Amino acid sequence: MSMTQSQLRTNEAELIKSVCAGEREAFYELVRPYERMIYATAISVVRNPADAEEVAQEAVLKAFSHISAFRAEAKFSTWLVQITYNEARMKLKKARPHLYESIDDQQQNEEGDFWPKDYADWRPIPSELLEQKEIRQVVQNAINSLNPSYREVLVLRDVQHLSIKETSTILGISEPNVKTRLHRARLLLRDSLAPGIDGSWIKGQPYRKARAW
Amino acid sequence: MVKKEGEMATIEISCVEVWRQISDYLDDEISPEMRERMEAHFKACAHCTAVLDGTRNVVELVGDGRVFQMPDGFSKRLYKKLQKLP
Repeated sequence: MSMTQSQLRTNEAELIKSVCAGEREAFYELVRPYERMIYATAISVVRNPADAEEVAQEAVLKAFSHISAFRAEAKFSTWLVQITYNEARMKLKKARPHLYESIDDQQQNEEGDFWPKDYADWRPIPSELLEQKEIRQVVQNAINSLNPSYREVLVLRDVQHLSIKETSTILGISEPNVKTRLHRARLLLRDSLAPGIDGSWIKGQPYRKARAW
Repeated sequence: MVKKEGEMATIEISCVEVWRQISDYLDDEISPEMRERMEAHFKACAHCTAVLDGTRNVVELVGDGRVFQMPDGFSKRLYKKLQKLP
């Protein structure tokens, strides 16, 4: 049975008290439910598993050493994800300063309408498809190919299922902005994944466009 | 853009307007009036329905927990790091 939001918060508040009192094990218990969230956040920025793991570890250590700065009115998960973002962005900035600078330039192109590339019909995706490593890789690659400002919003909203409000807090952008970027991200992903969704990903067949725009 | 006569008082909207709202439609972030107009449009427009289905598929696909799997031993290594703290 899953805990309600308020039970979770009470439980987390207790654990945080214990951590502040010097119980390290309590911190591990506090963080464990969010490991995947931290990892997914990290990889959405740095885009490779090794760097993502390093970022995740650094973020967790940082959260531990700054636990006294955590404000009870915030959500612990939001706070953790925020720290992870900062760590991940710092790493990226160090490794590829030029790439990082370009992020801001690209963000100015959000105005205007998005026109779908084609109207290919998608059948529902069989869930078993994701059991295949290649399929997961295709989806990851498609996400990775998005402009960072879209990718970040998509990962928080659709991968991690955070609310619009939480996403806006974490990224420091307005709620309408979250919606606009998410919209763009989803349609771009649809464009890049639609070609293979009928199975041609697996078989390696060239995609036949259902209808060129 | 084939469109049938809208039903009753539902004001018709264009395909472009529908695309603009598709993500908010999936998140239920639109007004009931807009929802009604979009649904009337989807009934008459196969193209927009395909875009809607595709977008919904994308949301389901990336939302599946299996896409971003943690590397083997991730938890163990993280735990070790924490233990090593002074």
